Amino acid sequence: MRAVYGLIPTYSSDEFGICSALYELGGMVVMHDASGCNSTYTTHDEPRWYRQESLIFISAISEMEAIMGDDDKLIEDICQAAEDYQPAFVAIVGAPIPYMIGTDFQAIAQILEERLGIPCFGFAANGMNGYIKGMSMAMEALAKRYAKVPEPAQNGGNPERTDEKIREKAGEKRLVNLIGATPLDFSINGQVESIREWLKDHDMACNACFCMGDTLSDIERAGAADVSLVLSAGGLACARYLKEAFGIPYVVGVPYGREYSEKLAEKLKNVAGEDLRMATDPTTVIIGESVTSVSLSEAIFSEYGIRPVVLCMVDTDQEILRVGDRYVREEDQLIEALKEAKTVIADPMYRVLCTDKIFYELPHVAFSGRCFEKRIPNLIGRALKEEEKC
Amino acid sequence: MLRPLREKTWTDAPDPVVPIHQAAFPRHFREGLEYSSPARGGWNIVHTGMMIPESHQIFVCAAGCLRGVVLTAAENLTMDRFSAIEIREENVLNGDMEELMIGGVRDVLEKLPKRPKAILLFISCQHFFLAYDRELVFDTLRNEYPDIKFADCYMIPTLRKSGLTPDQKMRIQMYSMLENRKKNEKQINLMGSNLAPIKTCEVYEILEKEGFLVRSIQDCQTFAAYESLAEGVANIISEPLARMAGEELCHRLGQKDFYLPAVFRAEEIKAGYRALGQLLGFSPDEDFLEILEKTSEEAICRARKIVGNRKIALDYSFTFRILSFARFLLEHGFPVTEIYADAFFPEEEADFRWLQNHHPDIRLRPASTHQMRSRFEVDSDILAIGQKAAYFTGSRHFVNVAEGGGLMGFGGICEIMRLMEEAVITEKDAEEIIQKKGYGCESCL
Repeated sequence: MRAVYGLIPTYSSDEFGICSALYELGGMVVMHDASGCNSTYTTHDEPRWYRQESLIFISAISEMEAIMGDDDKLIEDICQAAEDYQPAFVAIVGAPIPYMIGTDFQAIAQILEERLGIPCFGFAANGMNGYIKGMSMAMEALAKRYAKVPEPAQNGGNPERTDEKIREKAGEKRLVNLIGATPLDFSINGQVESIREWLKDHDMACNACFCMGDTLSDIERAGAADVSLVLSAGGLACARYLKEAFGIPYVVGVPYGREYSEKLAEKLKNVAGEDLRMATDPTTVIIGESVTSVSLSEAIFSEYGIRPVVLCMVDTDQEILRVGDRYVREEDQLIEALKEAKTVIADPMYRVLCTDKIFYELPHVAFSGRCFEKRIPNLIGRALKEEEKC
Repeated sequence: MLRPLREKTWTDAPDPVVPIHQAAFPRHFREGLEYSSPARGGWNIVHTGMMIPESHQIFVCAAGCLRGVVLTAAENLTMDRFSAIEIREENVLNGDMEELMIGGVRDVLEKLPKRPKAILLFISCQHFFLAYDRELVFDTLRNEYPDIKFADCYMIPTLRKSGLTPDQKMRIQMYSMLENRKKNEKQINLMGSNLAPIKTCEVYEILEKEGFLVRSIQDCQTFAAYESLAEGVANIISEPLARMAGEELCHRLGQKDFYLPAVFRAEEIKAGYRALGQLLGFSPDEDFLEILEKTSEEAICRARKIVGNRKIALDYSFTFRILSFARFLLEHGFPVTEIYADAFFPEEEADFRWLQNHHPDIRLRPASTHQMRSRFEVDSDILAIGQKAAYFTGSRHFVNVAEGGGLMGFGGICEIMRLMEEAVITEKDAEEIIQKKGYGCESCL
């Protein structure tokens, strides 16, 4: 089947998922592409661009540089900018043309790291995958590079950031890593802050957030958490790594709605609880990113007794989806999958496929960019019935 | 103002500013990593293509590249005239680009509720590296859909430093569906610009007085009206990016090609009209031109009183002849102190040299080199002309115009003066205004 989008837009891509994940961490991110990617990302997929500073650039590769495989110019340009800005790290991100000419991003990152003496990442994105894949690559790489259990002070660790200090500060609270947060799924309307508040309200504390509102120093202590909460499919690989490397269990979900968020809090405390793999109702559909959509479906079930099926057009994992939920890759498959639906909850850009259905708008930055940004609700810990009245 | 991160770990870059007398022409600043400022008023190829009535755009490219154009259409409320065919890894590996394009266009046409009169089929940089068979794709589609005109269009930023830029190419291709027709000796087209000259520009009156019908793509409501642009005896081109389009139409359709640049000094404006008259066989009314000049001088006088000694910053996105504009302002006593531009068009050289000689201390800064992530000399009181100047200076007093704004001739000068007065008197919120794409286009934001 061909990837034809006759009626609806396409989702944000892997390059932008990487940029979005790394935005707040003090590094310098360079998209290796000709021109358009930089303005596309900073216009449509990066709501922080006007107000919050970050070092995001494009290499502006030319035809001759591509044909000649001129990596030297790229390296020189990056070094010059890095010398000017002295960033905490450098990340170089692939795009379609470097993919076509087989650019070796790992090798370039290694050369840069040797020359600059700071951590350098090479991400072989190619602009032909979705943003979830990009987020996933970036967050996993961050965890692998930076996450650790803070060293005891006597072993040379920062005396203010030892495991004991962190625990002392948190008191009896359970320390939670939030993984998979970017404005592409959570906008900048306070949802991530609300999740932090929700943790506090349930005697837990955010240990490190990948990757909104925290710093590289926070990411470094990710290994000290008691549990991770995966907020989007893009956080799953990172959570799996932290489980493997540090034995930190993880729970998948976003605390939408009042009742579902209570259940999720319990699950975080016990890392057990109700199995979410329940059969879903095919006449009510949520289209969107899998973790957020499944969580919303469960929240709706808690309050309304209907468990909407999730149709997901971006990368996901069988671990996230329930019985009846589906990954649909193409517009035509989606049209087919929507035939049974009577009610749809989705970004307003899907309305064109739902003219004969009851439609509830749920804008999603990764899909419609900034078009409906001001209409994105914050459903964290709030009774959905109250939100519906608004 | 930019908010620092919770834990800022980098230093600000050094200011790349250079006094104009030390600057090289046409490009002073080294090309390296590029920064993209949040000033988005410039048009892109989607906006330009949408000017063709009853047409539908189909972009064939990777998801990352599609994202910018599809959301341009979405914000422009033209999603019903836009579709996409996404290139995936398997298409690159299988080498099935022709099949993907032909089949994809078929799929799109099946889905559309109404058959378009024309399809602008955009390819991307990847097509050049895959050496796709352009003739096979377009010949097949044209044979299969004889009632639809197909234009091959290009989103090829990789090629922007070698040969024609995507903007130049778009200005050529958007007229490629015009076919040779019998010429109407009294029809003149204003071609190639995203914005037609404003209605108070005297070019209309000068031509209409001589009995010419003045047409432009902006006035076309139907595809048939677009096609009738081929009947024009001459095309007036007013921006450097469209010069190749004028030459192509001259060569292909036999239309006279006349370049009437949007310059600002009175003598140059009048010289342009005289040369145009010579081409079309009339002499412009000199008395009329004198009256226009005098009117514009009165507008300049009024504006100068209101602007006073307020410093002025300009950027290249305001007009294609930014140095002509800077010179014009300085010659009339306006204190231009800084200009933001990465490079200049070759036709700006005389004005560049004049500025070097007469105002050597004007500060020149780039607009997209990596250093510009930091902002230098923020001054909320400066009069900024252009969106990038507004952003970089942090000014609340700015003229919000991009793409030249159709500000041509003496009528254009009067309008610019009015906009400058308004900018001084009334503060504006740059964050709210300059982030909208496509100055003058409809927007959902």
